[in-house]
Amino acid sequence: MKLTAWGRYPRIQATGHSFETAEELRGYQEKAGNSIVFAMGRSYGDSALSERVIFTRRFDKILDFDPEHGTVISESGVTLSELIEVFLPTGWFLSVTPGTKFISLGGAIASDVHGKNHHKAGCFSECVRSFELMLPDGNILRCSHEENQELFLATCGGMGLTGIILTVTLTLKRISSAYIRETIVRCQNLKEIFCLFEEHMDMTYSVAWIDCLARGENLGRSVLMLGEHATAGRLNPRTAKIRSVPFNLPGICLNKYSVSLFNHFYYHKNPLFVEGRLVPLDTFFYPLDKIANWNRIYGRGGFTQYQLVLPRDASSEGLKIILERIASSGLGSFLGVLKLFGPENENYLSFPMEGYTLALDFKIQKELFPLLNELDSIVLDHGGRLYLAKDVRMTREVFIKGYPRWKAFSELREKLGMKDKFNSLQSERLGV
Amino acid sequence: MNLLILGANSDIAYAVGKKFAQHEHADICLASRDLRLLEKKVQDIKIRYRVNAEALFFDAVDYASHNDFFKKFDPKPDGVVLAFGYLGNQQDAQQDFNEARHIIETNFTGAASILEIIASDFERRGHGFIIGISSVAGERGRQSNYVYGSAKGALTVYLSGLRNRLCKSGVHVITVLPGFVRTRMTEGLELPEKLIAEPAEVAEDIYRAYKKPEDIIYTKWFWKLIMFLIRSIPERLFKRLSL
Repeated sequence: MKLTAWGRYPRIQATGHSFETAEELRGYQEKAGNSIVFAMGRSYGDSALSERVIFTRRFDKILDFDPEHGTVISESGVTLSELIEVFLPTGWFLSVTPGTKFISLGGAIASDVHGKNHHKAGCFSECVRSFELMLPDGNILRCSHEENQELFLATCGGMGLTGIILTVTLTLKRISSAYIRETIVRCQNLKEIFCLFEEHMDMTYSVAWIDCLARGENLGRSVLMLGEHATAGRLNPRTAKIRSVPFNLPGICLNKYSVSLFNHFYYHKNPLFVEGRLVPLDTFFYPLDKIANWNRIYGRGGFTQYQLVLPRDASSEGLKIILERIASSGLGSFLGVLKLFGPENENYLSFPMEGYTLALDFKIQKELFPLLNELDSIVLDHGGRLYLAKDVRMTREVFIKGYPRWKAFSELREKLGMKDKFNSLQSERLGV
Repeated sequence: MNLLILGANSDIAYAVGKKFAQHEHADICLASRDLRLLEKKVQDIKIRYRVNAEALFFDAVDYASHNDFFKKFDPKPDGVVLAFGYLGNQQDAQQDFNEARHIIETNFTGAASILEIIASDFERRGHGFIIGISSVAGERGRQSNYVYGSAKGALTVYLSGLRNRLCKSGVHVITVLPGFVRTRMTEGLELPEKLIAEPAEVAEDIYRAYKKPEDIIYTKWFWKLIMFLIRSIPERLFKRLSL
């Protein structure tokens, strides 16, 4: 079968198995060589691609819920969307959620995803109490901060390279409304948005949309969105209708003129300043989930997302150089996202570090790769790194410099025989 | 509503159970041979939809057990989903009659045995509905799966007869004819990606057919068209095709 992830590049030929029980999975694994888990296919690049994949879509049962403490035990193939659907009406929500809810629980752990509250709540692994992991030999180990800690640290953010995550215990957070109080501030340039991020460190949620084609005076103009859980409002709002992009748009539709026009209108559509308006959770956290297959707007050739983070003190200077470089290339996209992260965690390969992260979508085209290589060196010069869940092209060198704990990760893989059993196109490219 | 699902470890059956639990707030009884797997599904349905659910042992080809199996229900179910089936392997079935018999018995004989028992109860009470999951493979015999196809074809005819009989007692029978569905049954088969439905989509169609109510549905809808075309090919031509 043909297999591709969210960026729809690359597209490969693969075979796959799904399973409903650990025994069934073990049966497949004993016979087979290399594989990697492919769940919802929402990582952008090649981190879930391999000639042989394991599907978790049938391993999706919610096994237990403790309504006192908000503790859920669930199999890893369940999606965040399903968890929200089940538990939101009873007043529980994910304490960390990324910008799409259509990812699996296992994927959220493997990419150690982050959300708009990273500066307060950290990565997804913060709400994971423990999980069971199937190792190359078919043994299943429970991993947490107390038990098999090394495996826990390697698996959270470990891109599925340490084994297959089976049953997960996670803690939800109590909320009393399915609405968010949102504050919006339009900022003219990078300096202004930086100031506002620093000023609003105490807000639970913060993120900014950034126009990466704006130049000169307007470099870094953006719209800051802040949010707090509301206390008013119901727990089960009507869910929005999902629209779909029915077919691939011709590649030519996205060019610097159309994108810059879109960005102009988006910027001016937002009010200069709005404080505390009530918006449904879905609208605040998952605006793009309302458009199914939005990845089709980038055409047949697919796209990639370039997400970088720079240490806090190097952010201002580094981002300025990067944005200038992107603006002058004219290859920018809509959906530039800027956010200030909190401190990094102990996981070997988790992406966030204290500083600013910038995420940009780019249509795959010939001119793109030299530009991204250039950006790589700017990122490394400033002590930053790139997000593995989005990556499809970084070199081993960029990876090693960005993730100083890669060696411990790689050694653990060697020691436990994971290198012969769990590999993705990405892990082979990075030589990890 | 009490819904009994026979062959509940099938992916379609489980998806249908979830639909009824969600929209009808139905209590679900899952019946199949693998009780350990069913227990997980019972937990899942209970937590997701806050309904009652239980797991029961049921073997479609142990005909002698069927009477006792159904007798134990109190109250009797309001609806039954018959979802067990076995695709088997056509090549093996050609060489080994045991495989052929297993395919025929699981898909047809087992269904006829348990449905007859259920039908007479529903008929007597003048209440209930039956959803039988057959297959588009039963619409016309093809060299690649005619053993499975003929058993499903027999099931389709059986369901049609049952509908005719029970109609007078106010018991509704729905025949479901799925095409390719992404389930354990079809895993590993090279199928045209655009024609494959997810179990949840099939369950949605089935639930809609129940609400309407419809007699016979193809799922996804385009199989109605595909099967019309396949049935229209003259036999003189059809026999030469390699389908």
